[in-house]
Amino acid sequence: MDFNTIIQILDSAVRLMTPLLLACLAGLYSERSGIFDIGLEGKMLMAAFTAASVAYVTGSAWLGLLAGIGGSLGLSLIHGVASITFMGNQLISGVAINFLASGLTVLLGQKIFGLGGRTPSLEGPARFSEITLPFADSIRNAPIIGPIYADLISGHSILVYIAFLCVPLTWWVLNRTRFGLRLRAVGENPASVDTAGVSVARLRYAAVAICGILCGIAGAYLATSLSAGFVKEMTAGRGFIALAALIFAKWRPWSALFATFLFGLLEAIANRYPNLDIGPITIPSMFMNALPYILTVIILAGFVGRAIPPRAGGEPYVKER
Amino acid sequence: MDKMPKWADVVLTPLISLVLAMAISALVILAIGESPWMALTTMVEGALGSSYGWGFTLYYTTNFIFTGLAVMVAYHASLFNIGGEGQAMMGGLGVALVCLALPWPHWGVALPAAMIGAALFGAAWALIPAWLQAKRGSHIVITTIMFNFIAAALLNYVLVNILRPVGSMDPASARFPEGTHLPKLAEIAAGFGIEWGKNTPVNITFLFAIVICFLVWVLIWRTRLGYEIRAFGKSEPGALYAGISPVRITVITMLISGALAGLMAINNVMGEAERLLLNSVEGAGFIGIAVALMGRNHPFGVFLAALLFGFLYQGGGELALWTTIPRELIIVIQALVILFTGALDNMVRIPLERMFMAMRSKGKP
Repeated sequence: MDFNTIIQILDSAVRLMTPLLLACLAGLYSERSGIFDIGLEGKMLMAAFTAASVAYVTGSAWLGLLAGIGGSLGLSLIHGVASITFMGNQLISGVAINFLASGLTVLLGQKIFGLGGRTPSLEGPARFSEITLPFADSIRNAPIIGPIYADLISGHSILVYIAFLCVPLTWWVLNRTRFGLRLRAVGENPASVDTAGVSVARLRYAAVAICGILCGIAGAYLATSLSAGFVKEMTAGRGFIALAALIFAKWRPWSALFATFLFGLLEAIANRYPNLDIGPITIPSMFMNALPYILTVIILAGFVGRAIPPRAGGEPYVKER
Repeated sequence: MDKMPKWADVVLTPLISLVLAMAISALVILAIGESPWMALTTMVEGALGSSYGWGFTLYYTTNFIFTGLAVMVAYHASLFNIGGEGQAMMGGLGVALVCLALPWPHWGVALPAAMIGAALFGAAWALIPAWLQAKRGSHIVITTIMFNFIAAALLNYVLVNILRPVGSMDPASARFPEGTHLPKLAEIAAGFGIEWGKNTPVNITFLFAIVICFLVWVLIWRTRLGYEIRAFGKSEPGALYAGISPVRITVITMLISGALAGLMAINNVMGEAERLLLNSVEGAGFIGIAVALMGRNHPFGVFLAALLFGFLYQGGGELALWTTIPRELIIVIQALVILFTGALDNMVRIPLERMFMAMRSKGKP
């Protein structure tokens, strides 16, 4: 394996990790506020569909992005109403949202475009184009640094850079702002936040909305940047891998970056080498595909560091009367 | 004092939830420019209008009874098993291994062996998440989700690399030997000289599923273990105080749940496909969640809800065949049923409770 191949695999890993990273951070906001969200998959799927549809009709990727965020926020609202206002079971609500997205996208897609649930493929400004960072071409030929800068760091769509910027931003919001402090508190001990005179419901709705926005960007990235259009079930379990990454990262933003990169890398390697040959044994691609889930189970089992979820996660807050 | 009479809790709330789900589905059908009435008549005609339709409806019903019971049993112990999909996949593997292992002389011999295989593999797939939940405190919902994906990858590997016959391209096992073919209900009916449900996949497993419903009822409400499961589900500290071991109950409940999900494979793998296919479960494991919620976690309710979903499934197929409505409509209905009966339960229940309270206080002078 030469240097160029490594760069190519890493480049592919960055592209593949972006939706995972966005969805993982989305789940992070929601779960740190005490709202479990297994509907990340559905929200991304819905966002991918609305983004691709609007981008196709208007020819603008940016309007597509807005539509993606809108579609995802709609499902977030359902999740919020079910789990915050009506104090329902958050896991069941998440399951329902995944099915709702899976059914509605095909139903609406078939109605609007008549292509069996696909949208027509997107071209030109309907997709986010790749950005060439300054000086990328001039230093391409420099040894080591050149290819790393020109091929790995430069040449992604704007959404990739937004996703990476979200990591320090999330860290800052969570650990350095009043909102972040309250968000973390409401996920650990909502009664104390309520006692302090801060609305638990409002904080949780805010967290669920942020989750919707980030899932929206993730879905829009899938449909208008990574691929050119929406395909039925195009999220292909990414929402669950993001969920796995969130646990792997123990609900922390910088660790989320590491975890999603690892999972993106696994996917990139599995794509490039369907049967990975390492000396005496051949690793089948199925194993590589299942590895994120296996790793998460091992982490969950607490054999490699303990993953402790926010204490009030999954429990509706019932105010004392 | 109960806020509501029991019949309202058991019958009224799921019915209202169902009506809400159906009303929104009707709106969705209107939104895509079709007539909800026409859709309903097509579905009823296609699923219940002929013995052919019933044959398919009951076949799907059989699948959903097993996965619904699996979710239900776990739910009584306050465990949410969304791993039915993976457990049913593994059950299929168990059935295939048993069926392909020997040249079975007669289905009557093969069936008990295959049932043991299905139940063992399904239970084994539930064992690890159960043990991790009981011993290490890792959330069973997350681990069972992960195990669904791991099961899919494992099955893919086994089919492509081990069970695939030489020279075959598609990832599927060889056909099961003649002696493992289960009698179809149509054949049994023909034996009595009745022509019923020709060329439909519903088989003897359906009758067997009804027996299992009854056995699960006995287990949950008439045995010591069932009492312990329910006690544990209601209050873990309470159960602990009564000398019930949380680890034991969690593991046993999940083993039963996994075995029930695995047993579904008798119907779809042994009874219908007669070989192991890659995507034989087709989401039935997830439909089990809707079935259990709709059926209010009672075997009889599960039976009725499975029948409803069997009807929806077969009707949905007919819709896709005769109209421009894709069969994904069924997934939307399923999502809405889960949403209203599961997550938005309080939305229906609280106004109802208020209504009954108001009626009661009016009744007393």
